[in-house]
Amino acid sequence: MPLDAHIPSGPLESKWERHKSDLGLVHPRHKRKYDVLVVGSGLSGAAAAATLAELGYRVKCFCFQDSARRAHSIAAQGGINAAKNCCNDGDSVSRLFRDTIKGGDFRSREANVYRLAQISAAIIDQCVAQGVPFAREYGGLLENRSFGGAQVSRTFYVRGQTGQQLLLGAYQALSRQISLGNARMFTRTEMLDLVVIDGQAKGIVVRDLVSGEIASHAGDAVVLATGGYANMFYLSTNAKGCNATAVWRAYRRGAVFANPCFTQIHPTCIPVSDEHQCKLTLMSESLRNDGRVWVPRRREDCAKAPGSIPEEDRDYYLERKYPSFGNLAPRDIASRATKEVCDAGRGVGPGGLGVYLDFGDAIRQMGIERMRERYGNLFEMYERIRGENAYEVPMRMYPAMHYTMGGLWVDYHLMSNLQGLFVIGEANFSDHGANRLGASGLMQGLADGYFILPYTIGHYFASGRPSKAPANHPGFAAAETEVKARLARLLSVQGKRTVTSFHRELGRLLWNDCGMTRSEAGLREALRRIPELRAEFWGDVKVSGSGGELNQDLERANQVADYLELSELVCRDALMRRESCGGHFRTESVTEDGEAKRDDAQFAFVAAWEFRGEDREPMLHKEPLEYEEARMSTRSYR
Amino acid sequence: MHLSLRVWRQKSASAFGRFETYEARNVSADMSLLEMLDEVNEDLIASGGEPIAFDSDCREGICGACSVVIDGVPHGSRHGTTACQLHLRHFKDGDTITLEPWRARPFPVIKDLVVDRHAFDRIIQAGGYVSVKTGGAPDGNAIPIPKTDVDRAMDAAVCIGCGACVAACKNASAMLFVASKVSHLSLLPQGRVERERRVLAMVRAMDDAGFGACTVTGSCEAVCPKNIRIDVIARMNREYGRALLKAGFVE
Ligand SMILES: Cc1cc2nc3c(=O)[nH]c(=O)nc-3n(C[C@H](O)[C@H](O)[C@H](O)COP(=O)(O)OP(=O)(O)OC[C@H]3O[C@@H](n4cnc5c(N)ncnc54)[C@H](O)[C@@H]3O)c2cc1C
Ligand code: FES
Repeated sequence: MPLDAHIPSGPLESKWERHKSDLGLVHPRHKRKYDVLVVGSGLSGAAAAATLAELGYRVKCFCFQDSARRAHSIAAQGGINAAKNCCNDGDSVSRLFRDTIKGGDFRSREANVYRLAQISAAIIDQCVAQGVPFAREYGGLLENRSFGGAQVSRTFYVRGQTGQQLLLGAYQALSRQISLGNARMFTRTEMLDLVVIDGQAKGIVVRDLVSGEIASHAGDAVVLATGGYANMFYLSTNAKGCNATAVWRAYRRGAVFANPCFTQIHPTCIPVSDEHQCKLTLMSESLRNDGRVWVPRRREDCAKAPGSIPEEDRDYYLERKYPSFGNLAPRDIASRATKEVCDAGRGVGPGGLGVYLDFGDAIRQMGIERMRERYGNLFEMYERIRGENAYEVPMRMYPAMHYTMGGLWVDYHLMSNLQGLFVIGEANFSDHGANRLGASGLMQGLADGYFILPYTIGHYFASGRPSKAPANHPGFAAAETEVKARLARLLSVQGKRTVTSFHRELGRLLWNDCGMTRSEAGLREALRRIPELRAEFWGDVKVSGSGGELNQDLERANQVADYLELSELVCRDALMRRESCGGHFRTESVTEDGEAKRDDAQFAFVAAWEFRGEDREPMLHKEPLEYEEARMSTRSYR
Repeated sequence: MHLSLRVWRQKSASAFGRFETYEARNVSADMSLLEMLDEVNEDLIASGGEPIAFDSDCREGICGACSVVIDGVPHGSRHGTTACQLHLRHFKDGDTITLEPWRARPFPVIKDLVVDRHAFDRIIQAGGYVSVKTGGAPDGNAIPIPKTDVDRAMDAAVCIGCGACVAACKNASAMLFVASKVSHLSLLPQGRVERERRVLAMVRAMDDAGFGACTVTGSCEAVCPKNIRIDVIARMNREYGRALLKAGFVE
């Protein structure tokens, strides 16, 4: 199966504009004939559902929460990038493009990233029009801040609640379409399978989480906007409910999965405090605008109060190692540098797993009021969790699992190799390569949902490819039967171990062997252990209650069962990628001074894995990455 | 520490509910209340019992999913805090904690501590938006907005839609929720265009959903995890009066 990304020809800068005018159109009267199923109501899903409904398609949107407004996007704090050059500091589309390509360590697709940068400005305008209260300067114009991996200020924000406000904008646009009768929302509804008929995505099987009823929905296209799979690691910054079930089921139905091992570890999270903790809290990267990261120079000082350690005994290691980017080095680099100093015994706090993020200088320079205005809610959040006042003592931080760049493979139209299956937002793999820059996840989700999919899905319909599959096609009943059998099986094991205990064990294993640094031996060990753990799960898991009611234990069990399969693919992909790049650091591939060594000669490709049945190894397809505009260079933030 | 819990258990919407008692032994003061419930549930599952159903997602106080009345107070008595952010260090060893679902007619119980808050979505659907389509928006800087206006709009827009305000109100009024959205949008030039239609439609939807009247007791403000001030209600009342006048009728 050859993978064709369908990148339009012509110069990079005009590809999208020209292509848009070549795309097929559906006559407004005919749009009503098409049913689109949008799974997910986060930034990408809500934006797509609202926009498609505005255009006239019949939209059904699904989410597992009790309201579309609660999707995980709500938790994004820091901001959203856009090349509007509001600060007159030299920003431009081509600079945002280059920063994103470089940030992704030359493992993303050039044409997609360029398009993203081009669309970015329109996103901000759209959100302003919806009433998103972006931060403004006294003159009334939009304000910007800086984020990691960039030397310009191009991040738009709404206090520390950017994701919330952007999501509410999209949710409200979707609500309007619901009231107009153009869209229907199915909340507390979880997609458990994809229905594929003759190679085309034709519907989904869902479970009503309140009644437990299994049902299917038929559609002319299915859009997955189901977010990332960072929760596979058990401890992550993602919301408790985030999961990989939708994308994993689609993979098992034939959609190829791209770069599963590209996962991101965020450098500034509140360290773990005890073993019962179920999730980690991120402190926005925007804090690194004004906070300085340091550890004591000497191990003996680690137990001392930070205030008692004089300036000359502190090691501001990011500023020291990366003078031009300093504290704003990209996430992968900052995380690794932090792990290094902690591994060297210079970490602070319980177990030595922490570094200081210190606002002392900024407070002295700007005053406490200005700081409160910028970061008030983040400081408050820190105090609530830690019980410490960060205006007085530095915060303690440690890296945590945060984001997944990998996801279902899509072409330039955001369509997977399965016809009619579109994948948007964090669920696809397309724009961030081996590492995502801060504030570009929101940008990508909204670009996909508002401005790309609405064009490309029309082209799919217009090109006459989809055939109608009636809801009584046997494909639906078959998929429903499989779903029911799987849930029944989960309930019937009645073993001794809880779902959480398996999830926790899997998480620990992945964090150790497939986390910030990976080695051949560690990955081989993980690949040996995961199938064992999976077998133990199916032989000894204990799931309470029944399938015919609200049963959160069963929901979780089903998700963990999928993680136990996906994790194996992630490790397999990591083992294959014998190079260090982006968030993927292989101990076998380092430069003389210990930095990551990328291997473009062998690994400048997207790794797309195809499912071939439970007892066969998945097949690897390679989509080569070619750069016309960006020059593949060794990333340096020094 | 060791805590005793009295938890509302109700099998389904139509079933009768009652309090059951559980012991949370050896829990750490650094845990959040919901992490403690996770632990209790682990024990319940392991011993063949049925875990306590409760809503939560972000566990960071932003999604608005968690909805537990703690010792009679929605989200507990710590100011500006959601249940998921309430840490056990604010309780004393040996305390008994009572946990109940939101209790308000427009929010029927689904199971245990889980309630149905669709009424809020219906209110937003009635008018809690700016009627703009995707595409064609003018430059975000085309209309300068005074910083103070944006700041006040954001003070209202921080609402997480959890429903604590309704649960705390003796009339189950949704005024704080509705007024937050009305204030947010009417403070911005983009939202002002359809301010009259919006406030009338949202208030009607609120009444239709069965929420009670506001008697300005301020109990909503006291429990709001985002510290939204009751001033927004005054603003909404003004908006409402204005809209009625403009529409040329007074009910
Ligand atoms: C704490 C935190 C802070 C962040 N801060 C920033 C930031 O400042 N800037 C930035 O650019 N990015 C940030 N990110 C990343 C960014 O928020 C996410 O990548 C982005 O919001 C994902 O949006 P999405 O639409 O792809 O999916 P999500 O918002 O995750 O939404 C997924 C949707 O899919 C639904 N769903 C999932 N599975 C199913 C299923 N099986 N059936 C039915 N429905 C399903 C869910 O109900 C939900 O509606 C942050 C991430 C985290 C964790
Ligand atoms: S779980 Fe999201 S606010 Fe409490």
